Amino acid sequence: MRRRSHRFRSRVLTPYLMLAPGILLFAVFMAAPILYTLYLSFQRVEVSGLGLGSGARKQVFAGLDNYAAALSDPEFAASVGRVLLYGLILIPCMLGLALLFALLLDSRRSRATTFSRVSIFLPYAVPAVISSLLWGFLYLPSVSPFYYVTERLGLDMPQILSSGLIMFGIANIALWGGVGFNMIVIYTSLKAVPNDIYEAARLDGATETQIALRIKIPIVMPSLIMTALFSIVATLQVFAEPTTLRPLTNTLSTSWTPLMKVYRDAFTRDDIYSAAASSIVIAAATLLISFVFLRVVQKRAFGQED
Amino acid sequence: MRSILRVGAMATVAATALLTAGCSSPAADEPTAEGPVELSFWAWAPNIEKVVELWNEENPDIQVTVSKQDGGDPAVTKLLTAINAGSGAPDLMQAEYQKIPTLVASDALADISEGAGDLEDKFPEGVWSSVTLGGDALYAVPQDSGPMMFYYREDVFKELGLEVPTTWEEYADVARAVHASDPKRYLGTFSANDAGWFAGMAQQAGTSWWSIDGDSWGVDIDSEATEKVASYWGGLVEEGAIDNKPMYTPEWNAGLNDGSQVGWLSAVWAPGVLSGNAAETAGLWKAAPMPQWEGEEATGNWGGSSTAVTSQSEHVEAATEFATWLNTDPEAVQALADVANVFPAATEEAEAALTTAPEFFSNQPDFYDVAADVAETVSPFTYGPNVNVAFSAYNDEFAKAADAKTESAFVDALKAMQEITVSDLKDNGFNVK
Repeated sequence: MRRRSHRFRSRVLTPYLMLAPGILLFAVFMAAPILYTLYLSFQRVEVSGLGLGSGARKQVFAGLDNYAAALSDPEFAASVGRVLLYGLILIPCMLGLALLFALLLDSRRSRATTFSRVSIFLPYAVPAVISSLLWGFLYLPSVSPFYYVTERLGLDMPQILSSGLIMFGIANIALWGGVGFNMIVIYTSLKAVPNDIYEAARLDGATETQIALRIKIPIVMPSLIMTALFSIVATLQVFAEPTTLRPLTNTLSTSWTPLMKVYRDAFTRDDIYSAAASSIVIAAATLLISFVFLRVVQKRAFGQED
Repeated sequence: MRSILRVGAMATVAATALLTAGCSSPAADEPTAEGPVELSFWAWAPNIEKVVELWNEENPDIQVTVSKQDGGDPAVTKLLTAINAGSGAPDLMQAEYQKIPTLVASDALADISEGAGDLEDKFPEGVWSSVTLGGDALYAVPQDSGPMMFYYREDVFKELGLEVPTTWEEYADVARAVHASDPKRYLGTFSANDAGWFAGMAQQAGTSWWSIDGDSWGVDIDSEATEKVASYWGGLVEEGAIDNKPMYTPEWNAGLNDGSQVGWLSAVWAPGVLSGNAAETAGLWKAAPMPQWEGEEATGNWGGSSTAVTSQSEHVEAATEFATWLNTDPEAVQALADVANVFPAATEEAEAALTTAPEFFSNQPDFYDVAADVAETVSPFTYGPNVNVAFSAYNDEFAKAADAKTESAFVDALKAMQEITVSDLKDNGFNVK
């Protein structure tokens, strides 16, 4: 009897005990806020009369109203469109540059690789708000050294903060901050490739470029996919850069990206209910896009190994 | 596996229950103070804690602790969160005038009309109406006000032989002359970032964006008077006589400093901003009354704040006593003017306290005489319960208009602002006229 209770304790309870911290943290910091957001998204405020004084506003069940409002809001659709375009500009540039830098650093003829690696990576350590402020200064003609120099040279530089170029200006900030991280991920997986594969290729007469294209890129494909996935998620959630640049220009609205709209609804308009509904929509879309992306791409990348 | 899920689900349910319970517990309301009453005060005016120290020395029974805030907007966001949560709000709160209806609508402020006594005569009419919302209740004691004035670079005006504009027509002529003298130079800018600035302009033109009629709200943002203001500025931006970039950017600061911004339509607190942002131009600026539309001399109000007692305070009486002292006691008002650098709202006390011009305006010894005369001409203006919505609509719509640079876009922006504000009120169930 005693033995059995001891066995019960060690075989059944111990695993739960070990899992408890994880489950608890997940419940308190992930599940509960998500459930609460879900709950809020089905509520709204109902005001009576002038809405002044106590008891003039109460929270009522809203059904799917907040979702209908979010999905039919032209501003929300426009912000999604902008983010997609932003992603189309940013992600290929970022992954292309990250791959190029990783291959260059890995190439046999590279010198000062440690220094280069650190200096390419360093911008990643700068918080997005700070880097946006830095670039914001560089984009404002009258305080920017770039504009100062080009003006002295008699060149007419385009206004980056104008409506036509602002998208590139913001993508540039994200690119500057993100290339280093993605490069490190790809570079690390390049370093894990055994040297004899390259030697075999060289014996067969392959050039450095051929090795890069035929061997290195296929080998790092899984990490390319992972960085692409991270970049897609980060793109859908872009917030800090446009929010920081917004006070500097007339071309960024308070709902320029979906998350900016959520922030505006919740904290400027004090309407946490529709903000909650928009957040749920964004989270669901992010999940869906990530899932579809992995489904489409994974087979190709990992299929060969089977 | 199944049982893991069950444990997880139970923990989740428990956590949610805890969360929602925390959100709905009502604030206790019983004063049980033994020993000194402790009051907390959220404020952002510079050095306000030094003014509060004076109170704490004289009133050992009521001790006030200042908790410094980042500014008007973040403080209101924090307060509303605390009100929604049912706890965590301070006893006292520095509240901007345009935020008061929003705070009252969220039941965040206590009615202090009983404890405050007769204060009405101490303040200008325009200011008093914004803390009473035109009713019998009193939601805050006015602290400082921001009557709008016109600031200009005296040296540049002399160099170009320009007269100080007294009407908006003259202002437009001066703007053209300034820009013609140097394509990089502007008399001012139309800023789509500063809704309070534009509201002040509309106020000067004699309109009020909101009104209370019985138990419904009126919204009149696209009134004839405001449309006149919008198309005036749209016209100046369209012809290029006025800049269209926002204020408070590094570029604008540089412009104030290097003389490419020759004037600024601002408020009485401008010396503080100018001395911080354009230190090199000390002694070169002068203040004048605003250019006028036809009719009686008038100005608007940009900024200014009050001291409110929150609905979660357990010591409303003591807090009211402090708020009254802070804004009407001669010693306190003097300290507000001297160390917190605000323009106190209490008329007589302010006059007594403000005798020497700010250091940045040492070239204009009668600075505060000009300001006092201007302060008496502030037109009445009512803010509504969704100023936040109207102001963020201003940011978006007028940013588009300023970017488009056409007069018609400015008028369209105003119409859009009206539409967004009205439909927000209606969607929330307010009675709208």
